[in-house]
Amino acid sequence: MSQTATFSHRTFKSQLKKYYSFYTGGFIAFVIALAVAEQLGMSREWIGYWFLFATIGLYAGIGIMSRTAEVAEYYVAGRRVPAFFNGMATGADWMSAASFIGMAGTLYLSGFDGLAFVMGWTGGYCLVALFLAPYLRKFGQFTIPDFLGARYGGNIVRTIGIVSAIVCSFVYVVAQIYGVGLITARMTGLEFGVGVFVGLTGILVCSMLGGMRAVTWTQVAQYLILIIAYMTPVVWLGIKHTGIPVPQFAYGQTLQKLAEVEKKITADPKEAEVRKIFKDRADAANAGLKDPAKGMAEGRAAAEKRLADAQTANAPGPQISAFQKAVTEYPTDPEKWKAAATKDKGLAARAAPPRPHAEPYVGKDEKARDTARLNFIGIVFCMMFGTAALPHILMRYYTTPSVQQARESVFWSLFFIFLLYFTAPCLAVLAKYDVYTNLVGSSFASLPAWAAAWAKVDPTLLNITDFNGDGIVQLAEIVIGGDLIVLATPEIAGLPYVVSGLVAAGGLAAALSTADGLLLTIANALSHDLYYKMIDPSASTTKRVTISKVLLVVVAIIAAYVTSLKPGDILFLVGAAFSLAASAFFPPLVLGIFWKRATKWGAIMGMSAGLAVCIYYMMRTYPFFTNMGVPKMDLWFGLNPISAGMFGLPVGLLTIFIVSLLTPEPDRETQELVEHVRYPHLRGDIVTEAT
Amino acid sequence: MQLSAKHHEYWRKNLVITAVLLAVWFVATFVEAWYARELNQITFLGFPLGFYMSAQGSLIIYVVIIYIYAKYMRKLDLEYGVDEGELE
Repeated sequence: MSQTATFSHRTFKSQLKKYYSFYTGGFIAFVIALAVAEQLGMSREWIGYWFLFATIGLYAGIGIMSRTAEVAEYYVAGRRVPAFFNGMATGADWMSAASFIGMAGTLYLSGFDGLAFVMGWTGGYCLVALFLAPYLRKFGQFTIPDFLGARYGGNIVRTIGIVSAIVCSFVYVVAQIYGVGLITARMTGLEFGVGVFVGLTGILVCSMLGGMRAVTWTQVAQYLILIIAYMTPVVWLGIKHTGIPVPQFAYGQTLQKLAEVEKKITADPKEAEVRKIFKDRADAANAGLKDPAKGMAEGRAAAEKRLADAQTANAPGPQISAFQKAVTEYPTDPEKWKAAATKDKGLAARAAPPRPHAEPYVGKDEKARDTARLNFIGIVFCMMFGTAALPHILMRYYTTPSVQQARESVFWSLFFIFLLYFTAPCLAVLAKYDVYTNLVGSSFASLPAWAAAWAKVDPTLLNITDFNGDGIVQLAEIVIGGDLIVLATPEIAGLPYVVSGLVAAGGLAAALSTADGLLLTIANALSHDLYYKMIDPSASTTKRVTISKVLLVVVAIIAAYVTSLKPGDILFLVGAAFSLAASAFFPPLVLGIFWKRATKWGAIMGMSAGLAVCIYYMMRTYPFFTNMGVPKMDLWFGLNPISAGMFGLPVGLLTIFIVSLLTPEPDRETQELVEHVRYPHLRGDIVTEAT
Repeated sequence: MQLSAKHHEYWRKNLVITAVLLAVWFVATFVEAWYARELNQITFLGFPLGFYMSAQGSLIIYVVIIYIYAKYMRKLDLEYGVDEGELE
């Protein structure tokens, strides 16, 4: 590398630092200005609009400034992104709406067992660092199928790579666009569909004009917003409950206090009363559903008797009116009764006392606990290997100036991701402690303001019903939707509305940045791998970039259309994307680098076998498919369908291994390619970097 | 091109550090998760240890693993003359 190049890299980096410092300062000033405006009487809607349009305008602005028609700029941001900034961009690329909004809620609801995602989504970067990033950077082309194509030769491996990349990225991008629509709707009160449209415009202006270059610099901006948004309310909640502004290191005390409260709630007779109501109703529904006609009549008689008993016993007013309501609203139509009874059956889940937050693998017996442990490990495994195989993440390591910077960049990526992921478990504990101590035990007449507001806005996120009619909130009477935790934290901490707007803007940044990266991956797989490499290798650079831009719009529109159908099992789809990526990509990528003997047919058979096992297991065990008529089978070792990659990946590895040994050794040229990627710099080396 | 004995030694050292760090990663992830219930009997910084590791401890170990790898490989590159030159 010449001296001028070194010099220009250095100036570039210091300029970037200056720009983004100004930008961060500007953003904080913007939030403060809105806070002042709120005190002066600006309405909530307007704060929402300001956040929405200012941030999307900002991302679009960066997109317009970074527009390009050069191939290397469009596909890999000119390979000039310093490790530190690529780390931030990867962080935003990685952390999706599910991480930002959903993670703390999952941890709130499932306690220790939810930590499988925290571990899986961070530990996977060790595999990226040790097995992939530096070698892919040395190879230095544009996409992941590029590497598979060059290493194994022929179009079959490349094609399997293209299909897998598109499938994984597409299900993932649908989940992101869904998140964009939801957050926009919540921020401004616009319709879900309008929200999707507004968000999509932001994504397109950015990625279409400047490809990877624009996406990179927007993602850095988005990372800064999302991390500020996530940390602000946690700092306040931390001061409230632990007395220090970095509660991540001190919430052990809160966790201990929480365990005490959990014990108290489990022993509380009023709580037991509510849980018994659920158990009785679930039992009655179970019994009644065996003989619906009889069950319906008996149910009515029981409800009437309960009312009569309460009246003779002179029970408190609200209780009598609750029982009265149960009688008058008792279903007369058998179908409606059946639906209500089926719903009641589900109440059995609420009849259990709260599970201790920090306790791993809760189950009714040793066998159930062991299965819970196996499933925890299954999720960790699939999320980790999926992380190390998702093309939109691996692609980011093509953009650094050197192999060493790629290595350092994985460090920065994980560091920036770590900041959010080690905060989420803390937020879950603090919010839970707040709910268990302040909301539980309060009277229905004077609920904490945030709870009253959210229960009114969205009953799917927070529903509190006085089942035993004592006028006091019992824990068993509260149903919380996971997304509530992050969304309501500013209000739980007693912060002004502007912080709620900030959090929504952070969630939007998380969803948009991930959607950007995914759409680019899909469009590149189609334009670069399919069109340029396989259909028309003589296409001019302008034509290639233009085709990529057109495809990006088309894919975005299809993704938005699928999103508008609101497919139900989005969370499962995201999990499935990880298992699929792990089964299809991890074995051929890693063996391709570490084992010279891996052959073309080994890769073809291995990728197919891994994918086949993974898809087979999901189809035969996941209710969504079995309900559509796919014959159902028993779980293997009790492992849930989301962890199908735990079977797919080993099968893939083994198949590549066996088939490679049965087929002739790869030619000299391929072996030289493997040697080439293993050394950051060799004298007299071949050149694979694409420009 | 022909690789020298020195090149092979570089690659062997790379494999060794990769294996060592991978072993640490494996223990911090799967062994830790397997024994989480037992670890929870120990209290660390006010946390049950099993919970602490999964929520924070293992994550810190992951960050450190990648840091050590980047640092070590930079040194190894220079030592074996396969570095890319000054490129900040």
